[in-house]
Amino acid sequence: MSFYESLMTLERLPFKELWKGYRAEDVRRALAKEKLDEEDLLALLSPAAGPHLEEMAQKAQRITRSHFGHVVQLFTPMYVADYCVNHCTYCSFSSIYDFPRKKLTLEEVEKEAAAIASTGLRHILLLTGESRRDSPVGYVKDCVKVLRKYFSSISIEVNPLSAEEYQELADAGVDGLTLFQEVYHQEMYAKLHVKGPKRNFRARLDAPERGCQAGFRSVNIGALLGLHDWRQEAFMAAMHARYLQDRYPGCEISLSPPRFRPYLGSFNPESDVTDRALVQIILAYRLFLPRSGITLSTREPAEFRDHLVHLGVTKMSAGVSTEVGGHTGDGGTPQFEISDSRSVPEIRDMLYRNGLQPVFKDWDILAESSVR
Amino acid sequence: MKDALHIGGKALSSRLFIGTGKYSRNTLIPEVVAASGSEVITVALRRVDPSSREENVLNHIPPHMTLLPNTSGARTAEEAVRIARLARAAGMGNWVKIEVINDQRYLLPDNLETIRATEILAAEGFVVLPYMSPDLSAALRLRDAGAAAVMPLGAPIGSNRGLRTKELIGILIEETGLPIIVDAGIGRPSEAAEAMEMGAAAVLLNTAIATARDPLGMAEAFRGAVAAGRQAYLAGLGAVRQEAEASSPLTGFLNV
Repeated sequence: MSFYESLMTLERLPFKELWKGYRAEDVRRALAKEKLDEEDLLALLSPAAGPHLEEMAQKAQRITRSHFGHVVQLFTPMYVADYCVNHCTYCSFSSIYDFPRKKLTLEEVEKEAAAIASTGLRHILLLTGESRRDSPVGYVKDCVKVLRKYFSSISIEVNPLSAEEYQELADAGVDGLTLFQEVYHQEMYAKLHVKGPKRNFRARLDAPERGCQAGFRSVNIGALLGLHDWRQEAFMAAMHARYLQDRYPGCEISLSPPRFRPYLGSFNPESDVTDRALVQIILAYRLFLPRSGITLSTREPAEFRDHLVHLGVTKMSAGVSTEVGGHTGDGGTPQFEISDSRSVPEIRDMLYRNGLQPVFKDWDILAESSVR
Repeated sequence: MKDALHIGGKALSSRLFIGTGKYSRNTLIPEVVAASGSEVITVALRRVDPSSREENVLNHIPPHMTLLPNTSGARTAEEAVRIARLARAAGMGNWVKIEVINDQRYLLPDNLETIRATEILAAEGFVVLPYMSPDLSAALRLRDAGAAAVMPLGAPIGSNRGLRTKELIGILIEETGLPIIVDAGIGRPSEAAEAMEMGAAAVLLNTAIATARDPLGMAEAFRGAVAAGRQAYLAGLGAVRQEAEASSPLTGFLNV
């Protein structure tokens, strides 16, 4: 059993008719329930929920405050290599682009780590491009060893790995895995992922589950919104999250709602994800998965992020650079343009102004080798 | 001290334990401590960052408080044991609230792993207060493993649903001989009073205070409710009757 089997069934749903079929009473019924099912999720993502965003927001906020309190956890991504063997039509790191690729030496990783840690952040997300040759597991492990000196929680966002490789990284002190399916619609996936191992839809889809099996404490998934009908994509991502949550209750499953951003190429998004649409998605995620983390990246503009912190978001990035080596000055090509370039103290102050407490540290690495 | 709660060699006059998570700012903590009159405060070690002056929650806790570091985030006995040791090594004293949770959906504790962690930590000299699902045999095993008190949940963490497990908690109070501290689920002062009236030794609260519109007002309300419930318990509540006393008794003929 894998989520793939569920997906095969779910994708046969007649989405176009479904979206038209929901009525206000379906939305109200979903809002009145405590444990939402698949039908409720569809109703909340449907056009019928559009006029009910305020009611959804009130409930989403109540649930978030009661489960997570008035806190938002902060982290930052750290790009260590941008070599990539895939050609994805929407990404700046795509192998077809000719730009000087970079991979940090371990000394450079240490310099970046020190620079980030000096801002007070204790949670780091280590990112590489997808290249087993240029950024193999051994390299990621070496980076983790360095990062452990500076951070109390390390997550990774790298190419899909085998269960054994995930296990190796979990043993080395990695506690979180982020891996976005990008697009759950299989035809669209094949169209957008032109070349490279990423073309294998199933291998990517099953990777988060392998991460759960390897014992990562948290697994964060998501659809890159805009690549295909956002309602359907958000539905699949949420169903994927619930699938994982039901089978691996010990693992914190969280969702990211990344929205397509301008990048080096000229790809035009398939489905326009307006601000209202993104809000609807975040609220539907929160109501459907009351205890899941929701992570908000700096893809979104500062002012919009400031509003979103009240709607169910539990984690956000701060002081972000999407360039390899971007924290020590001499960065390379950004993976995507960020919209919120605020520093860590600026984000901290914004949260306090909004009656929220920034949490810099929310874990201690307990991996075998770290406890003396 | 009159009617003190004795745990781990300390005599506590307040029977309201409070938390530190979920506040909109750490600077609220000393104010909540004052308003609640609490003497015991639980802190998740995972949130403690000794390297940060401003954001380190410990810097906001008044020195007279007894720290109750908790093992939030632990999924196994081994992880709970490591976290407890880290807390003690960080100078947070030898009290520990064991929290082993393997279920991120409901955040219900794993009693079996909790018992294992209690055995190990009690043997190492910790004052162990395990958070648990109210189950008599688990509570007795925790007692035998050396727990200083047991902390059954009233309802899932953060749910504010009240004393849903009342019957089971009542059994623990009667049968274990240990102080029973109701932890999690209490959303209203009346529910805290209810737990105390039943004979609970104390209650531990976080969400109800931290997420109230006025946390200080709510802390004060809980202080009064816990004290009133305790007083009622000590005063001896009258028995609750389902029926009015019949004016023509059925066995009156025996007295003729």
